[in-house]
Amino acid sequence: MDIAITNGGSPKKETKNKGGKPFKNAWAVLLLIILAALFIFPILVVFLNSFKTKFSIMGRPFELPTAETFAGLDNYITGIKSADIPAAFGRSLFITAGSVAALVLFTSMTAWYIVRSNSPLCKGIYSLFTFSMIVPFQMVMYTMTYVVTKIGLNNPIGIIFVYLGFGAGLSVFMLAGFVKSVPYELEEAAQIDGCNPVQTFFGIVMPILRPTAVTVAILNAMWIWNDYLLPYLILGTGNKTLPVAIQIAMQGAYGSVNWGGFMAMLVLAILPIIIFYLIGQKYIIEGVIAGAVKG
Amino acid sequence: MNKNLSKYFPLFVLPTLAAFAAAFIVPFAMGLYLSFCKFTTVGNAEFTGFANYARIFSNSDFTNALWFTVKFTAVSIITVNIFAFCLALLLTKGIKGTNVFRTIFFMPNLIGGIVLGYIWNLIINGVLAGFGVDITYKAEYGFWGLVILTNWQMIGYMMVIYIAGLQNIPKELIQAAYIDGATGRQALFKITIPMVMPSVTICTFLTLTNAFKLFDQNLALTAGAPARQTSMLALDIYNTFYGRVGWQGVGQAKAVIFFLIVALIAFIQLRLTGQREERA
Repeated sequence: MDIAITNGGSPKKETKNKGGKPFKNAWAVLLLIILAALFIFPILVVFLNSFKTKFSIMGRPFELPTAETFAGLDNYITGIKSADIPAAFGRSLFITAGSVAALVLFTSMTAWYIVRSNSPLCKGIYSLFTFSMIVPFQMVMYTMTYVVTKIGLNNPIGIIFVYLGFGAGLSVFMLAGFVKSVPYELEEAAQIDGCNPVQTFFGIVMPILRPTAVTVAILNAMWIWNDYLLPYLILGTGNKTLPVAIQIAMQGAYGSVNWGGFMAMLVLAILPIIIFYLIGQKYIIEGVIAGAVKG
Repeated sequence: MNKNLSKYFPLFVLPTLAAFAAAFIVPFAMGLYLSFCKFTTVGNAEFTGFANYARIFSNSDFTNALWFTVKFTAVSIITVNIFAFCLALLLTKGIKGTNVFRTIFFMPNLIGGIVLGYIWNLIINGVLAGFGVDITYKAEYGFWGLVILTNWQMIGYMMVIYIAGLQNIPKELIQAAYIDGATGRQALFKITIPMVMPSVTICTFLTLTNAFKLFDQNLALTAGAPARQTSMLALDIYNTFYGRVGWQGVGQAKAVIFFLIVALIAFIQLRLTGQREERA
């Protein structure tokens, strides 16, 4: 019975084979529970502190809210207003959604074209895309800010174009890798039926690309939602995204940080990610790992 | 097909290529050139050869940051990978609730660097408040703070890669070893660990590049305090660019060196993991 379950067998069955070691497993479970608690603890502390009054946070974050220090939803209602958080939240959402949509659409088209055309020009462009993946942001941050400002892209819509350019390397690389594995015969059949490349791409190729497109979308969404330096340099403090607003709230107000509002901001930055994560967990873990292993 | 396809180039490739040129190609070329210039804005650049590169070493900021980054990276690689591997071993034992644990351990990885930095700033300062100090009191506090933060962020991620590696080991191998009388420890060191070496390589390089390029977490946790002693390379480059007028060229030269180091790491990685991804 033991050999039959090799590949498809779930890990659960394997321990049964070894002939119950319930005692050993109990220690393992206990250890895992302690570690899991340690992993959740920091998030829990931030969450609890977001309900405490602003003078009862700094220096004593581990105290539970008491009748005196409980602030209700005050931090969420008044605390975040001063830092323009609702606007920053909306802006982050808009930029992330817009950039991810642009990236998925345009880089899929580009990746497919590059693989199918296979001309020297396309090979050269592809090499540049892969090259860009190893260049750290600091190398281009100063000059990119200059170029982008010069051509008027330093606004919440223009930055979508910047993200398209900066995210293109990894996205094209991953999508092109997948296109290479798609049998050409399918597209050929469509062509014989009279489809032009646009019809072939959107009718035949795009649906097949979906799993990789989802991976690319997730990777870029996590990156752009959390990105700090690029929007800070390009949009400045006039059009704050959420990470920029958090950083400014902390650094811009020496000595007079509203810690209550600040905790509420952190919760607002984490919450969408956690919800997104719990819904699409399987895709997210797979996607993030796929991006890592390839990139 | 190829001839027919070429007139679609503007539609399929041009939007991405134009954005890529504006965001990457042009800035990269300009950056390379400007590292050899003295300038305060891009408009007034004046070629000065290797002067910027020489000026990098006129104070010890860069070498301090480099040394701090190397120490931090080395410690992180060891701790993250040991913890991640042990967790992966625990989670492939078929314990109930494995998926819940996996979900929890992976979660911190999705939180952005700035937010991560402030979460740990709160926690660590909360602990240190008991001793009447905070994280900026000593460089060691910042160093270990960053190590803890990085572990919290990356362990779950590497763990998932190790789990995949562990699940790929044919069960017959381990069982055969047990039948031949191997102890658990022998099976681990003689079979399991050698079999997951490809995962070890991947995770080592992932930790290496991520730790080496760390910026947001560094900025939010300590911002280099006390007295730039906890500045990593990326933060030092940022401060050179934007913190001192007249030093932009030096900042760009530092960035070029930073790029060369990262590219060298990537090149070594490519050689070690085989070129299978590089075929165009």
